[in-house]
Amino acid sequence: MSLFYAFIAIIRRDLLLAVRRRSEIANPLLFFILVITLFPLGIGAQPHLLQAIAPGIIWVSALLAAMLSLDSLFRSDFDDGSLEQILLSPYPASILVLAKIIAHWLVTGLPLLIVAPLLAVFLGMPTQSLGVLLLTLLLGTPVLSLIGAIGVALTVGLRRGGMILSLLVLPLYVPVLIFAGNAVEMAGSGLPVDAQINILISILCLSLVLAPWPTAAALKMSVN
Amino acid sequence: MPNNSSSRLQGSDLSCIRDDRVLFEELCFELNSGQLLLLEGENGSGKTSLLRILCGFREPDAGQVLWCGHAINDSQYYDDMAYVGHLDGVKKELTVLENLKVSLALGQRGQYSIAQALLKVQLADFEDAPVQSLSAGQKRRLSLARLLITHNTLWILDEPFTSLDKQGISLIERLMTEHCKNGGMIILTSHHDIALPSVDVQRILLS
Repeated sequence: MSLFYAFIAIIRRDLLLAVRRRSEIANPLLFFILVITLFPLGIGAQPHLLQAIAPGIIWVSALLAAMLSLDSLFRSDFDDGSLEQILLSPYPASILVLAKIIAHWLVTGLPLLIVAPLLAVFLGMPTQSLGVLLLTLLLGTPVLSLIGAIGVALTVGLRRGGMILSLLVLPLYVPVLIFAGNAVEMAGSGLPVDAQINILISILCLSLVLAPWPTAAALKMSVN
Repeated sequence: MPNNSSSRLQGSDLSCIRDDRVLFEELCFELNSGQLLLLEGENGSGKTSLLRILCGFREPDAGQVLWCGHAINDSQYYDDMAYVGHLDGVKKELTVLENLKVSLALGQRGQYSIAQALLKVQLADFEDAPVQSLSAGQKRRLSLARLLITHNTLWILDEPFTSLDKQGISLIERLMTEHCKNGGMIILTSHHDIALPSVDVQRILLS
């Protein structure tokens, strides 16, 4: 029961910190909105083209926004020594790390879900695929945070880990991008998307169970 | 609440090699309840490295650390120890109270309540102050308050007197004496001369 208490305390702490430093919430969200609004300007008056590539645009932007937000996951805890205290706790580090990842997703992933339908309409996406878009974002963005956490944990001790981080993490994001983008596109043409959604669910379950361990192990290496 | 009087920390044949430089080799020590171990040595002599090995952040290049006869990773070690390092380990955006509540959630309830601990480290009026408005010495006292609110037998302190004034130093010395009297044990590094007449002090000189 006290493990549960510690888990909740970490989530609560990180949400409180996010409220106190608002830029952490605003940055990825603003980036997501800006990138998507730039596409119609760049492509010009071709609504059909825009409509056709809308799922790709939204998902690639979500991916990049997630990348952008990753560094904040462990950086400040690493710098002020809170990470050492979390790792020295008698509770399993992987569970506490999972709490941090969940809080991070609530702060950076969930806001994307809220603005995505608006931006989809803006790009002319057919209304029947909006539900599927939301579903893929709901299943996919937590995976981005979970997989990204492994990469950040490995690079947080380096002074300039940004480039290595994207090289490490982006290839692992590709499966999510492929299945999510494909599902939204299929839904636009009125085809069934059960298979893609099932695969996304299994990727989410798998990373939920498997990602916290290597993340905790990598953090232990990084504080060394 | 240090109540386990049979606790014992042993280091056997510890070595640490950093960038091909041997910091220490075949270091042995044994620390029992009520004892204090003071690590002395020049800058760069491996004091902090030894503390980080004892915390389990670093693997010793040879030898092992035993807690009550078991390797630290296979024992209750992390239930019984607390570490205050160079970094304070507090979030500057949170208030004093919020920081201590998180620390309490991450450990087990100890001898003192949060209010009592704040009174002891003379921060009682700062409960709701954000940590970034505190001075360096007050932050240090806050991170030491963490030792009082959670259950622990072994304190590992890396330069605990940094940025404390005379009054703060004697305050921490009082707390350390009390901890050792209650059967706790302490390992610390310090450049200050410490005055603990009633405590069984061991010294290791690293060079």
